[in-house]
Amino acid sequence: MAELLRTHPLEAWTAAFERLPDTVRIAAEPYVAMVDVRLGTVGPGASTALGVDLPTAPNTWVPAGAGRAVWLGPDEWLLTSPTEAPEELEGRVRAAVVGLGGSATDVSAQRIGLRLAGARVRDVLARGCSIDLHPRVFGRGSSAQTTLGQAGVVLLALSDAGDDVAVLVRSSFAGYLADWLLDAALEFTTTPDR
Amino acid sequence: MQLIACPWCGPREEVEFSYGGQAHVPYPDSPAELSDEQWAHYVFHRDNTRGRFAERWNHSAGCRRWFNAIRDTATYRFERVYRLDDPKSVTP
Ligand SMILES: [Zn+2]
Repeated sequence: MAELLRTHPLEAWTAAFERLPDTVRIAAEPYVAMVDVRLGTVGPGASTALGVDLPTAPNTWVPAGAGRAVWLGPDEWLLTSPTEAPEELEGRVRAAVVGLGGSATDVSAQRIGLRLAGARVRDVLARGCSIDLHPRVFGRGSSAQTTLGQAGVVLLALSDAGDDVAVLVRSSFAGYLADWLLDAALEFTTTPDR
Repeated sequence: MQLIACPWCGPREEVEFSYGGQAHVPYPDSPAELSDEQWAHYVFHRDNTRGRFAERWNHSAGCRRWFNAIRDTATYRFERVYRLDDPKSVTP
């Protein structure tokens, strides 16, 4: 019987990513556990139980331990953890919010992360994203659920210079988005002389 | 393409939103007591206003929240947006 191996949806794109110039570096982020949190009222009780102050300002994210807490809506967040297994994260978060009337659902398989870094990242994203990504308004700590090349994404600003962005995309759209990004980055790629 | 101001996310492109029809259509107090005709009116009949119209919109590609908007059906201009728990905006 054939052995079923767990492979990253973007494994086939690794070589193409490695050929990109330093001005547009793209890499698939490692798998992380992700939990969708619903909670009506955020108070000190939730912060203590979760170990993070869930961001209440729209379009923001904050570090949460080694992971991130991303605002998804007025009563919804995405919590990620690179150190816990999905069921561990889900169990911990659920225990923290269930007494407050909240819920936690493991969504680790829903999205994968891409890391875009380099001086031309903003130009590449602007090819297919209508929101203002200038560091003046999209500095570190900013996030946006929007569309990129018509695929639904969550963008996370990781630097204040606009040159380091994480893109969370649904796994089934990852290949499409990877192709789209490579195409958008093409003009910043130098062609070797023939 | 025009921008629509989500009450939470701020201005976003129109394609991020989906339309939800007329706002402030109250669910009947006693649905079981309605005649078929009254039920059909509740389910299917909507105003067809020319001008300012209170509508429901959903920020489907963003925060996925429903909100209400006053839009001019003749010009497609959005006059204001407000949250579902805000009182009904005054329309002519
Ligand atoms: Zn929104």
